[in-house]
Amino acid sequence: MESPQRTIQLLLKPGQHDGEGQRVAEAAHRHLGLHTGRVQSTALYTVRYPLTDQQLRDFATHCLQDPVLHEVALDEFRHGAPYQSYILVAKLPGVTDDEGISAQNALGDFLNEPLDTHTQHIFSKRLYFLEEALPESSLRQLAQELLGNKLINRFEVGPIAQIRDYTPRPGGGAESVTETVGLVGLSDEALLKLSKDNLYALNLEEMRAVRDHYTSIREERQAAGLPQDPTDCELEIIAQTWSEHCKHKEFSALIKYKDADTGEEFEVDSLFKTYIKDATAEVDRQLRANGNDWLIKVFSDNAGAVRINPESLFVWKVETHNSPSAIDPYGGAITGILGNNRDPLATGIGGARLLFNTNVLCFGNPEFNGTLLSNQLHPRRIFEGVRKGIEDGGNKSGVPTVNGSIVFDDRYAGKPLVYCGTGAVMPMQLAGLDSWEKNIDPQDRIIMAGGRVGKDGIHGATFSSIELDETSPATAVQIGSPITQKLAMDFLILATRRGLIKCSTDNGAGGLSSSIGELATISCGAVVELEKVPLKYPGLRPWEIFVSESQERFSLAVEPAKLDELLALGREMEVELTDIGYFTSDGYLDVRFAGEPVAHLDMHFLHDGVPRKVLEAEWSKPTAQEPALAAATDYTDALTRLLGSLNICSRESVIRQYDHEVKGRTIIKPLMGATGQAPQDAAVVRFNFESWEGVAVSNGILPRFGDLDAYHMSAGAFDEAVRQIVAVGGKLPNLTYGDGNFWSVNDNFCVPDSVYDPVGNPDGKQKLAKLVRMCQALRDATAAYCIPLTSGKDSMKNDFKADGVKISVPPTVLYSMTAKVEDVRRTITSDFKQADDVVYLLGETYDELGGSEFYQLFGELGANVPQVRFEQAKALYQLVGEANDQNLIQSCHDLSDGGLAVALAEATFGYGFGAEVELPEGLPVHVQLFSESHSRFVATVAPEDVVAFEQHFGGRATLLGRVTQDGQLTVRYGGQPVISASTAALRHEWTNGPVNRIIGFGHHEAAH
Amino acid sequence: MEQTPQLPDQHTPPRPQHDDPGHEIVNREGQIVLPGFKSVDPGHESTEPLKSKTEQSEKQATNNEKRVRALILTGFGINCEEEFAAAYRLVGAEATIVHLNQVLHGHVSIHDYDILNFPGGFSFGDDLGSGVVLANKLRYRRNAEGRTLLDDIREFVARGKFVLGICNGFQVLVKLGLLPDLSGTVTPEVTLTHNASGRYEDRWVKLTVNPRATTPFLKGLTTLEVPVRHGEGRLIIQDEATRAAIEARGLNCLTYADFDGAPTDVYPFNPNGADLNCAGLTDTTGRVFGLMPHPEAFLSLYNHPDWARRKRATPGLSEEGDGVWLFRNIVEHVQAQATAAAAPSVSHEFSS
Repeated sequence: MESPQRTIQLLLKPGQHDGEGQRVAEAAHRHLGLHTGRVQSTALYTVRYPLTDQQLRDFATHCLQDPVLHEVALDEFRHGAPYQSYILVAKLPGVTDDEGISAQNALGDFLNEPLDTHTQHIFSKRLYFLEEALPESSLRQLAQELLGNKLINRFEVGPIAQIRDYTPRPGGGAESVTETVGLVGLSDEALLKLSKDNLYALNLEEMRAVRDHYTSIREERQAAGLPQDPTDCELEIIAQTWSEHCKHKEFSALIKYKDADTGEEFEVDSLFKTYIKDATAEVDRQLRANGNDWLIKVFSDNAGAVRINPESLFVWKVETHNSPSAIDPYGGAITGILGNNRDPLATGIGGARLLFNTNVLCFGNPEFNGTLLSNQLHPRRIFEGVRKGIEDGGNKSGVPTVNGSIVFDDRYAGKPLVYCGTGAVMPMQLAGLDSWEKNIDPQDRIIMAGGRVGKDGIHGATFSSIELDETSPATAVQIGSPITQKLAMDFLILATRRGLIKCSTDNGAGGLSSSIGELATISCGAVVELEKVPLKYPGLRPWEIFVSESQERFSLAVEPAKLDELLALGREMEVELTDIGYFTSDGYLDVRFAGEPVAHLDMHFLHDGVPRKVLEAEWSKPTAQEPALAAATDYTDALTRLLGSLNICSRESVIRQYDHEVKGRTIIKPLMGATGQAPQDAAVVRFNFESWEGVAVSNGILPRFGDLDAYHMSAGAFDEAVRQIVAVGGKLPNLTYGDGNFWSVNDNFCVPDSVYDPVGNPDGKQKLAKLVRMCQALRDATAAYCIPLTSGKDSMKNDFKADGVKISVPPTVLYSMTAKVEDVRRTITSDFKQADDVVYLLGETYDELGGSEFYQLFGELGANVPQVRFEQAKALYQLVGEANDQNLIQSCHDLSDGGLAVALAEATFGYGFGAEVELPEGLPVHVQLFSESHSRFVATVAPEDVVAFEQHFGGRATLLGRVTQDGQLTVRYGGQPVISASTAALRHEWTNGPVNRIIGFGHHEAAH
Repeated sequence: MEQTPQLPDQHTPPRPQHDDPGHEIVNREGQIVLPGFKSVDPGHESTEPLKSKTEQSEKQATNNEKRVRALILTGFGINCEEEFAAAYRLVGAEATIVHLNQVLHGHVSIHDYDILNFPGGFSFGDDLGSGVVLANKLRYRRNAEGRTLLDDIREFVARGKFVLGICNGFQVLVKLGLLPDLSGTVTPEVTLTHNASGRYEDRWVKLTVNPRATTPFLKGLTTLEVPVRHGEGRLIIQDEATRAAIEARGLNCLTYADFDGAPTDVYPFNPNGADLNCAGLTDTTGRVFGLMPHPEAFLSLYNHPDWARRKRATPGLSEEGDGVWLFRNIVEHVQAQATAAAAPSVSHEFSS
C-alpha cells in the first residue's frame, strides 16, 4: 500500500529578499541573454508517508517553516500574481537527496517514532516562477544551464497554468540475476566489441588474456559447479581491477625510448619503479643512514605516512577527479574531495583525524566565447561547479581548505583537472597496535559502513580510464553527501581508538569490488554475501551492487569477537553497519547472492594476470625561438596587465568561500596581512593546541613550461613547491643527524593519451616521451633535495572527444608537498612588515623568459625555459633556513608567475607599504623584472640585521632597496625609473582581475 | 575448500569493562585516559592502554578541585568542538565533548555541568536551513521519561547555568526560540538566514560590545576581532516591536563595526547584512548567549591574519587571541559564583 502523495511548499513572505530568485534572473540575463523578469524561488517537499491533514500542517509549520521568513502552502503550487512561467527542478531516481533525508529525519523526531529508513518518504525539489512567458526551449535551457544538470535532475517547465509535478520513483527493473558472458572461442573483433559495449575499457591483449584464462580453467570450474564462461560480475571485477585507474598499467609498462635528435635509445622498465619507487628507496637509505627514520609507509595503502614524533603520524594523500568533474562539475568535485578524505581516514587501521584540505584546479578560459562541442560544458560553468563542490565538500566536513591554486589554459576546456589533497594525523598506536599496519586473519568479518548502495557511479574506475566523448554514461555520476561521511568519520575515529576495527579501507573507484578485492589480498581470500548489502532502492543486479561507487562507504575488517560492540557503537552514532561476509585464506574471491555463485575468481589471476604493456616513446626537441620585442615597453603597464591577468590575478572570491580556519589551527592562510589580501606561498597548520609543531603545505604546478621542455617543467614544479615551503620557514630534510624534519610529497601526473596509434593518436610517442622526461626530472629532484615521495597517482587519458575534435590537456604534473615546521610561531609570511626594512633578492636571475607570463602578454612562447640548478638551489635553501634560525628575515616571498616585479607588488598588498628598488647592472631590465628563473625569493630584513644578513648570504643576496611608508612602488635601473605605480592601484588591478569578476564580489545584494 | 564462518567465541573474555561513560576522560596532565565520542587532541593522543575503572577513579579522586565543567555537544555534522574544548581548557575549565545522542539517550546529563555549549559546523548539512533539524530534534525528541532536551535546557538555565552557541550553535539557539526569548515561551522571534551577499564567507571582522549588555560572557570587553565563517548569519527580526525590545534591553550584545569601531551595515565589515548590524544575542537573563563569529578560532595570536606584522611592530605582544577573553570571563564568573555560594557572607550579586 502506498501512501497518497502530499506537497508542502515554502514561500518567502512578502517583503523578504529573494536572493536566489534574483541571482537566477541575473545569471539568465548575463550568461544566456534571457529576460526572465522577476524570479520567485520556492521550496517543495513531496511527502509519501501516511499523515493526517493536521500532522502534515503541523510538520510543515513547526519543522520546515521559518516563522519569520516563510509562508506555507499545502497541496498546491502557490505563486505571486505576475508570474507566467515555471521551472520545477527535481532529482532523478536514485540521486542522493540529502535535504529530503534531513526532512525525513525531522519528521521522525516530530512524530517521535522511528521512520523506516529503507524507503525515501520525503523528496525535496525547487520550484521557480518567472515573470516573463518564455518558450519551453528557453526555460529548459535556463534549467539545464543554471539550475541543475540533466544527468542528475529532472526538469519540468512551461506556462504557469499547467504545472507538472515530478517525484522520482526509483527501483523496479532488474532482478537478482547473474548472467554468463560468452567469451571462450570469441574472435578478436568480437572481444573488442564486447569490451567497448560493456565499458570494460580493456584492450585486445587483455581481453585475450581473460579468454585464455577461462579456457584454461574450464575443467576446474566445471568440477566446482561453475559455468565455463565468466559471469557478468567476474568480468566486471576483472575490468575494474585491471583498469588503468587501479593498476597503473602505463606507469608499469616497458617503454622503448628514443631521442630522435641524438639517436640515443634506452628502455624504461616501469616508470613507477625506475623513477619513483627506486628513487624514494635511495632517499630513504640516505635518511636512515643519517638517523632519520621517519618514513613509515610509502606507495602502499591508501595514503603515505611519516612520523611527526614518537606519538603521531602524518598521513598525506592527493588525488584527481577529472572525468566526473567534466560531466558534472559540482558532483565530480565534491565526490573528489570526500573521496580523497577517505584515503587518509582509511590508512592502516583507520580513523586518522583530518587536519586540512588543499586543491589545485586546472580549467579552460572561463571567458571563452566560442562554440562548445557536443556535451562539452562551458569552462566558466565547470569552474563555478567545481568551486561549489569544493566549498561544500570541505566546509560541511569541517576540514579547512588551507590553500590551493587555479591554473587556466585553453587545453583544459575539455577535461578540467581537479586535484584534491588531504592531510591527517593519526596516533602511532591504536589500542596497542601499530596504527599504520593492515592485518586481517581468515574468519574476520567484512563490515560495510556508511552510505547505501545505488546505481550511482557504476563504472567510475573503468570510465576514468578512457577518454570522454559525447556519449559518456550518466551512471558514472555520483553525488557526495558530506554529512553521511562526517558521521562515518566520527564513528571511525572512536571505533579505532577502542580497538574494534582491525583495518579499514575506503570504497572509492570500483566500490566493494575494489575495496574487498584489495583487503582480501591480505588474508588471501574472501566470501561476500551480496544479498546483505543495504540498497538505496531495489532493482540492482548483483554485479551492480558489487561495483557500484555509491559514496561515503568504508569496508572494515572486524574480529568476530568484537562485532557486537562495534555494531552497538554504530547504532549509537547512527552509522549504518552491515556484516556482508568474511575473509578466507583459500586464494579465491567468492561472491554470492543468496547462496548462488556470482563470482569465483582466482586472486592470483585477478591481481597479477594483467598482461604488461609495451609502449614506444620518441623525443624530439620542439623548435622554439626567443621573440624580438619592441624596445620601448612600458613596464608599469606590463606589471599592471600581469597583475590583472588570468593566471596571476587575485582568487579572493574563491578563497573566501572556503573555510580555511575551522579547527582553529591555521597559522598561514592563503591571504594574510591587515588587508587580508596578501597572497602567501605555503600554508602552515599546527597539529594541536598543546604544542607549536606544525606542517607547511605547498603545491608546484607549471604546465606552460612543458610546451618547451617537459623535463624542466617537471623539475621546476618540484622546485616551486620546495621553495614555497622554504619561503614560509620550512627546512630541507636530513640536514643534520636525526633532525626528524619530515617531508612527504605526492606526485600526480595528468597527461593526455600517450599510447601511440597511427590513426587515433599519431603524436602518442612524443607525448609518452614527455612523460618519461617528466619522470626523469622527478627522480633527479628527489635525489638532489633528499625529499621522498610517499604516495601519488596518475591519470592517463585526459582527452575530450566530440564532433570529430579532440581536446587534450597539456602534460601536467602536480607536486604536493608537506614538511614539518618545528615552531609555527617562527614561520614567515610574504608581506612587507615595516617601513625602512631592506629588500633583497635571494638567488640568481637568468635570461629565462621562455614560457613566462610576460611573453604571454605579447602572445609569445619564447625558447629559454627556466632550469633548476639543484645544487645551487639546495645551498640557498639551507642558507635561508639558517637565517630564519637567527631571526634575520622579516618577510619572504617566492618568485614565480610574473617574476620579480609581480612578487614585489604582491608583497606590498598586506598593509599598503611601498618600496624603492634599484635593479643591479647586468641583465636587461625586462629580464630582471619578469624572468621566471626558479629558486629565488624577495626577502626583507630589519635595518639592524643588515650586516649579519649580508655576511650570511654573501653573493647569494642582491640588495634591491627598501620598504617605504608612502605606498609607491618605484623600480629604477641605472638611476632611471622603469616602474612607478601606486601600490593601492596595483592591488586594485589585481583584486579586480577576471577571476573575482567571474565569481563575483560578495557585496550585499540590493532588494528589488 | 570453502570455509564456514565462525561465531564470536563466547569463551574469550570480553574486553576489559572500563565502565565506559561514553565521553572522554582526561587526566590532570591533559592526556586522554578514555576517549570519548571525540577527543580533543589529534596529534598527541595518549598511547597508553585504556585505564581500568579503579585507576581512573583514583585519578578523579586526586583531581577533585571543583573545576568549572563545560559540556560540548557534537555529532551530526557539528565540527568546531575541538577548538571549543581547547578554549575552555586554556582558561582552566574542564571540557567534555559528548555526542548529542549520549545526552538524548540519557547517558549524560547536562545538569552535571555548568556551561552547555553548541559549537559551529553544519548540523545535518544545513538542510532545511541552518540549525533547523537539530533544533527540531531538541524540541520534539522525547527520552524515556517523556522529556525533551529543550525541557532540560530551560531547567538548566532556570537554575542559573549558562548556554553558549557559536555559529551553527547560535543558529540552533535562535531556531529553538531560546534567543532572544523576550516572551519567555521559547517561541522564535528572530531568525538567521542567508547572508545578504548570497554566499558563504570566511573573513575576519571587528565587533563592538554593546555597553548595555549584561551577560557575564562579555564583561569588561569593548571590542573583539574574530573570524566569521558562515553562509546563513543574517539576523532578521520579525517586527518593529521585537526590534525595539531587543535594543531597549541591550540583548543585541555584539555589533559588526568598521575600521574605526563604529557600527556599520557596509560590506564587508558587516559581512551578512544583519538587522541592527547584530553579530550576537543574549536572552533576557544574559545566561544564554550566541554569536555568529568564532571566538574559539582566535585562541592564539597566530590565528590572526596580521599576526606577523603586529608581532614585529609590538615585540612584547601577548600570544593570546581575543577569543580567549570570552571563555575566561564565563569560567571566572562561574568560579566566583561557586565561591560565593560556598561563603554565604559574600554578596550573591554580581554586577557586570
